[in-house]
This record gives sequence, C-alpha cells and structure tokens, in this order.
Amino acid sequence: MAATNVEVWQQATVVEARAIATDIQRIVLEPALPRQAEPGSHVDLKVMIDGEQDKRSYSVVESSEDGKRLVISVMKAPQSRGGSLFMHTLKPGDTLEITRPLQNFPLRVGAGRYILLAGGIGITAMVNMGRVLKNLKANYTFVYAGRNRAAMAYLPELQELHGENLVVHVDDEGTSLKVDELVASADLDTELYMCGPIRLMDVVRRAWTERELNLPNLRYETFGNSGWYDPEEFIVRIPRLGVETKVGQGRSMLETLEDAGVDMMFDCRKGECGLCEVRILELDGAVDHRDVFYSERQQHAAAKMCCCVSRAVTSKTGAKADADPHRGPAVVTIEVS
Amino acid sequence: MTAVQSTSSTTNKVLGHPLNAWYVAGWDHEVTRKPMSRRVANRPLALYRTEDGKAVALADACWHRLAPLSMGKTMGKDGIQCPYHGIVYNSAGRCVSMPAQETINPSATVPSFPVVERYRYVWVWLGDPTKADPDLVPDMHQVSSEEWAGDGETIHADCNYQLVLDNLMDLTHEEFVHSSSIGQEELSESDFVVTHDGSTVTVSRWMHNIDAPPFWLKNMRDKFPGFEGKVDRWQIITFQAPSTINIDVGVAKAGTGAPEGDRSQGVNGFVMNTITPETDRSCHYFWAFMRNYRLESQLITTQLRNGVHGVFGEDEEMLKAQQAAIDANPDYEFYNLNIDAGGMWVRRLIERMLEAEGRLVPTA
Repeated sequence: MAATNVEVWQQATVVEARAIATDIQRIVLEPALPRQAEPGSHVDLKVMIDGEQDKRSYSVVESSEDGKRLVISVMKAPQSRGGSLFMHTLKPGDTLEITRPLQNFPLRVGAGRYILLAGGIGITAMVNMGRVLKNLKANYTFVYAGRNRAAMAYLPELQELHGENLVVHVDDEGTSLKVDELVASADLDTELYMCGPIRLMDVVRRAWTERELNLPNLRYETFGNSGWYDPEEFIVRIPRLGVETKVGQGRSMLETLEDAGVDMMFDCRKGECGLCEVRILELDGAVDHRDVFYSERQQHAAAKMCCCVSRAVTSKTGAKADADPHRGPAVVTIEVS
Repeated sequence: MTAVQSTSSTTNKVLGHPLNAWYVAGWDHEVTRKPMSRRVANRPLALYRTEDGKAVALADACWHRLAPLSMGKTMGKDGIQCPYHGIVYNSAGRCVSMPAQETINPSATVPSFPVVERYRYVWVWLGDPTKADPDLVPDMHQVSSEEWAGDGETIHADCNYQLVLDNLMDLTHEEFVHSSSIGQEELSESDFVVTHDGSTVTVSRWMHNIDAPPFWLKNMRDKFPGFEGKVDRWQIITFQAPSTINIDVGVAKAGTGAPEGDRSQGVNGFVMNTITPETDRSCHYFWAFMRNYRLESQLITTQLRNGVHGVFGEDEEMLKAQQAAIDANPDYEFYNLNIDAGGMWVRRLIERMLEAEGRLVPTA
C-alpha cells in the first residue's frame, strides 16, 4: 500500500456532528473529491484558532466504499490551543478544507496474526483496520484500553462487530492493560499496530525489543501530541540570534520560534524525521522527549531535541514527580541550524 | 419490472486498465535474487526473490529520495537495499535499517504488492490488496501442466494493451498479416459464434474440409508422418478478464469427428496470451504455445516457439503501426464491424471493471 502523501486539498461539508463519548465528537464529512480511505489513513484539515488558520491531522475512522462519507472523531484536548475546540464547534452544513486521505500507517494484508492496540482516542486509527481484518477473516486480536467506559468511543459498536476478538481494558475497573502479557502473546509472525499515548507505545516498544520480536512488525503512528510530563510553559533562548521567548502550554517550541521570526528547518512536525533538531547548550530543567527519532541513548544524553514535539519541563532530576511548574519555568538554551 | 438499460460499449482508443486484477509481471525464471525493474500498469516495480525463493514486488522507488530499488541489491533473508543511501526494506516494504541514524522512521515504507506464482508466471496485484484473492488468477494451466509441452516469450509491444486483445479476439487478420504461415481465406469466410458471461468471452470458429496452412500441415506431419489431405480446423478463443486470452487451436483429418469432440485424429495447441499494461501506450505481451502431442520432443518445442515468434513478430509490427496511426490521427474515431463482436464484449467487461473501481474515464 502506498504511503500516499501528496496533499490534495478539497472542500468538505459537515453532515453530522455529535458526542459519542466524554469530550469526543464524531464528525461525518462529505468531501468534494471522494476517495475511499484505506485503513490507517488520515486527513489533514484547516482549523481556525483565534482567527488564524492552522492545520491538524485526524485519523479516518471509517469511510464509505465510494469515499463520499468520511468519519473522524475528535477529543477535546485539555491543553488544546484551540484546534480541538474549533472542531467541537462544527455543526451540519459547515464547510472546511481537508486533504484527500493521506497514508502513513498502512495495514499489510497477509500477516499470520495481528494485534491491534488502541489507547484512548488512539482508537480512531484502529477502527478501520479492525473492520478490514474482520472482513478478511484474519487472525486478529483487537485490544482497546481506556480510563473509563464513558471515555471510550465506539465501544458498543466494536463489541458487536468483533465479539471475542475484542479485549477491553478499563483502568477504573481495575482491568488495566498488562503490556508484558500482551506482548508475550505475540510471535515472530505477529504484526502489532498501535496508536495511543506515547507512554503506552514506549512500554510496548521496549517489551517488543526485549522479546526479540521482529521490529518491523511493530507498527505505530504518532501525532506527537503526548509526552511523559504534562506540558508546562517554558523559556527558550537562542543567544546567537538574541532570541528569548516563552513557549506556552498549548504551543510547540517550533511554532513559538517561528512566531519569533526564527527561520526554522522542519518537515514532519510529529517527531519522526529529525529535521527540526536543535542543539541544547544549557538546560535548567529536563527535556520531555516526545519524538521517535532519537534512540533512548540519545534522549538520555539530552544534547539535542526535536523542537516540533519535545518540551522543557521543570523536573531537575528528570523524574515526573519532581516536576514543579510553580518553581518554573524551565529554561532551555539552544542553537539552531 | 424495471427496464433493462442497454448501453453500447464505447470504443475508447486508449482504454484504461483495471487495477483490481492479477497481471503477469514476469516469467518465473526472470525474477531472481538480483533485483529487476519492470513497469506494470503504470507502476514501476522492483522484483526479486527472498532467500527462501519467494517472489517480491515492491514499488521501485525508495521512500527517502525515490531512487530505484531495482538498482540495489538483495540483503539478508528477504530484504533489499537502496543503492543510494543504504536504506534497507524487507519484503513487506518496511524499513529495517536506516544507516545514518540510530532509529528507524516509523513512516518509512515502500508499497509491497501481493504476488502469486502460478503457471510459470509471477503475478502481481496493484489494486486494493484486501481484494487480492489468488483464486482470481486467470486459468492458464496448460503452461505448467505435465499433459502439455511448449514454451513462450515476451513481446514488448508499443501499443495500448487493448489493441492486442482486439488482435487476438478477431483472427480474420491472420489471412492478411500471417499469409505465409497460418493465414487462409477460409478464416474470413467461415462463420463464428460469440458467447460471454460476467468475466469471459468466447469466440468459436470451425472451418470444415479445408487445406491445412503451412504451419498446421507441419504439425500434422509431426504427429502423423506423411499426412496428406483435407482437415477440419478450429479456433476457440477464450478471454478471461481483464487481459488473458487462451486460444484452443488445431486441425484434424477432415470428417473424423473433431467438431463433435473426437480430436484423436488431429493436433491440438493452446496459444496462451496474457497482456500486462505497461503504460497507456505500451504493454508486456506474454505468450506461450503449448501442445498435447509429442511431449518428449524439445525439437518441436523449439520449432513451434520460433514459428510463433515469427508470426507474432508480424502482429507486433502491425500493432505498433496501428498505435502510431491512432496517435497521429487524434480526430478520427474507431468504427466497428461484425467481426469485432468478441473484442467489443471484451471492452464492455473491462469497462464494467473500471466502473466498479470508479475509474471509467471517457478518453479522447
């Protein structure tokens, strides 16, 4: 399946918008240039935040065969700068600009066994994959983990469609996911696809590596929007350019530096490619690495960071418990390319 | 009651090709541990075999800077390395090594297309992989059956694949294009019967009590040394969508019951043809001539292959000239004759496949 990343922008009309779980809105779009969305695909769309246009990516939860209906689901993020808030204001009849479905997370047909793992709102990337695997009569287990049932979108539909193939873990019910057990159930012919908080994905990746499973069989998608710490306000300095600016909670370091007029290099803006790398000259605090570009060794060294997703936090020791924004803000002094 | 809507096929001069179909990417012996490049249905592919001998078809463009993977080398159990910056992909198209960094970019994949090896061919599916059912591979069993012997070749034809299908569905052209080998005037004079279903079209033609043309006289004498006399000749053309045509051909001593089913007094061949669109104006034409007599004779296999090679060379020349004339006369349309019935059903079935894929675009 092609990793199709040619952006074709088009108009789309909202035909349905309703709440389906705590803070989660299901939005049905009718695009002007219909094309069926492959499992794993997403759309980029233009949102308005404080009168300014910005871009957000959302997984396509389902699409009709003719591609005339695309469904996305959006969680109102507590630290949102306004993208998800904007999405929650949409109502039938509204129009917006969206891309045709883009593909970074293709499902391979033909694996011996599949595990789909969704954490929280990460379910949006997995619903379509689950449906395709079911239709293909593939050997699969669909694992869905969340804090509580009210916050877990699509739960009843998934239970009905997947029956015993769906395994549900709910923190508030004391049935939290045990990653070690899950990964222990995988063999060399198993492909695991996951989408969820980076903490969850990191634990899975470690367990996968420890068990010496095939690393290319571990598939994940990250939109770089979760970290090890809660986002804090922090200061970034570039002495050579005489820049000092404050990165707000709902804003990335890259965006803030762009706002400050720094000519920044970047590409994916989700912590994968490493092009937005900055060198850390001095650090008061710790780095919350939210990228998948650096190895663990490189992240520990804290000599560089991907400024598109990673943040500075107040913790002196690097332990989450030591984070104390009241003592803050953290200060990171950097050099850019 | 709803009225049956009747639409005539359009006669697109440059017909599109369905993507939800198996196309031959190459003969089995062409695909080796050394990667090769071949364009199928407008998509450049890198073809190679894993250590275990499994054929692999990846998009022939590295995820990073689109360098052709086919210029690279196979690596490890099932991998291929980009010749430019050394990025390695496995047979599923997933990046397994990115030399210049400590991690692997999770988005780094190249498309890997479903592959089936059958009847001495490597088949690929470029459309929706969830629909790539190996049972949909067209039946060409004679090519690999122990009851048939023969061999074939590949023609790179500079024309839209549909022109080859037209050529094979109407063999009246043999009288004119192949006059020295298989052509004879009875081809145009004899009646033919056309039938079709949802995915096949059949054109049958019998010529009774005629002289065998040179190609068939030679074959008769291979089986019946010294044969003289009249023959009954048949051509039963079967199209399987979207681009495979097997032609049951042969002659038998006249009046010995071949039309009724007793072919024991004749010779029977199968002309196996499967056409893979390469671009809109070129195709890979894989053919083989199989026979069910004198199976032990490599001499006959070679003679038949060389003979058909000559015959199809005449077709190739005509098809290339036809495509050039089509392109040089963009304001002229095709017209259809009664002899085009088979070819027109072929077009209609293909257009229905294209329509189902939402890809039926009327072209000028």
